[in-house]
Amino acid sequence: MTASLERLAPVWFTIALFALWEASCRLLSIDPFILPAPSEVFAALVQYWRPVLRHSLVTLWTTMAGFAMAVVFGIALGLVVGWSRTIYRGIYPVLVGFNTIPKVAVVPVLVIWFGIGEIPAILTAFLISFFPIVVNVATGLATMEPELEDVLRALGAKKLDIMTKVGIPRALPYLFGSLKVAITLAFVGSVVSETIAANAGIGFLMAQAGANFQMPLVFAGLLALAVEGIAMYGLFALVERRMTRWAFRSQGSAAA
Amino acid sequence: MTPFVALDGVTLTYRGAAGDVTALSGTSLTVGRGEFAAVVGPSGCGKSTLMKLVTGLVPPTEGRVTVDGAAVTGPVKIAGMAFQNPNLLPWRTVVDNVLLPLEIVEPHRRRFRAERKRYKAEAEALLATVGLAGFGERFPWELSGGMQQRASLCRALIHEPALLMLDEPFAALDAFTREELWCVLRDLWERIGFTVILVTHDLREAAFLADTVHVMSARPGRIVTSRRVELPRPRDLEVCFEPPFVELVHELRGRIAEMRAA
Repeated sequence: MTASLERLAPVWFTIALFALWEASCRLLSIDPFILPAPSEVFAALVQYWRPVLRHSLVTLWTTMAGFAMAVVFGIALGLVVGWSRTIYRGIYPVLVGFNTIPKVAVVPVLVIWFGIGEIPAILTAFLISFFPIVVNVATGLATMEPELEDVLRALGAKKLDIMTKVGIPRALPYLFGSLKVAITLAFVGSVVSETIAANAGIGFLMAQAGANFQMPLVFAGLLALAVEGIAMYGLFALVERRMTRWAFRSQGSAAA
Repeated sequence: MTPFVALDGVTLTYRGAAGDVTALSGTSLTVGRGEFAAVVGPSGCGKSTLMKLVTGLVPPTEGRVTVDGAAVTGPVKIAGMAFQNPNLLPWRTVVDNVLLPLEIVEPHRRRFRAERKRYKAEAEALLATVGLAGFGERFPWELSGGMQQRASLCRALIHEPALLMLDEPFAALDAFTREELWCVLRDLWERIGFTVILVTHDLREAAFLADTVHVMSARPGRIVTSRRVELPRPRDLEVCFEPPFVELVHELRGRIAEMRAA
């Protein structure tokens, strides 16, 4: 009973949140232009399901494309950074500096370079999401136990041996953990770019709807984004659990 | 007895941002082939540095390190190492952890894929000798601390090294488990006959296991006394409660107290 209650808790919380939202809108008679009630949002979702779906798929594609680039580039750079302490120290401040730049400020530059459309969205998604991947992979490699490295080096192991036998498997939980963070960030990137400079995508849809004072449609766009974000997060959380089962061991299983 | 491991006037200075630190200064030490040597001393006296020098992980600033008649210029490759922390890889089963050195050391490395079955059987046999029969397919975190340390010893010995370097391997274990593992190590050593350098701060451990106990001074460390342990072998745990053993430990303790005071 309690187990199934716990399992369904997210559903109940979501329903409760929507109920609270609906009740507040009605009881306080909030202007639908300020905050539309969920019933209106869902009505808009039903009415405009075609454009919402179409723009959602565009956003999903640009996000996943940017995210895929971030994964490839992030792993590669993370390996390089984690490989040697010198590179780590040299490149880290640059990375942090780059990461501090608000990505929304980069979008106009990207638009000048690549024009309005999907490419700035993909690149913004990439730029915003590669950082956590780099940091996590590099951290996984750099926090290797020095004694273990000594054991292997004393046997004549090359740096490559140590990396493939210990460093990389050790960095995997860090990598998969970072993917969950990176995918949600990638959505932020693509939508920010679409809002500023695109002719398709949820960000574009919301900007348009906002300009037309269609607030329920704006919120329907937000809802669609939330659904996509949760779905992708869930997917990568699942991948994480599958790939690094050993890192999720239960603490109580040690033999006495 | 020709020395198997020899340190001759070895000094090691680490260069650091906060100034140079001399870990060892003018250390000389010889260990015969097949001998069980223990190195004891106050904490921070450079015992672990000694390990790194002998295995060739760091070159000496001055002096000479020889192992098996040849000067050490890089990783010696004939040494197995075990530390206070078992350092088993959590994504590998116990037997795969034990097999790790074979994936690195030649000539096993070349044959490893082809003869994996044979190597695995060897590893299982070695695990059985330390009381871990049937635990090969378990994961390290399913084992207690003492069992993990047994597995760590197996990993240090699987490639049949001529030299076993141990850095406080039993320090994190409870007293009973520690004594159990002393016996495990004693039996392995008597059966296989490798050379051991055991770094420890446990004087009873040193006295029970070693042929010679070397006492180090406080940092910068050097060997101040080398004391033969004349207790007859094979030694049983009971020996720890007999007067000659107690006197020996008392004497060693006195030497260390002098070092700490100096």
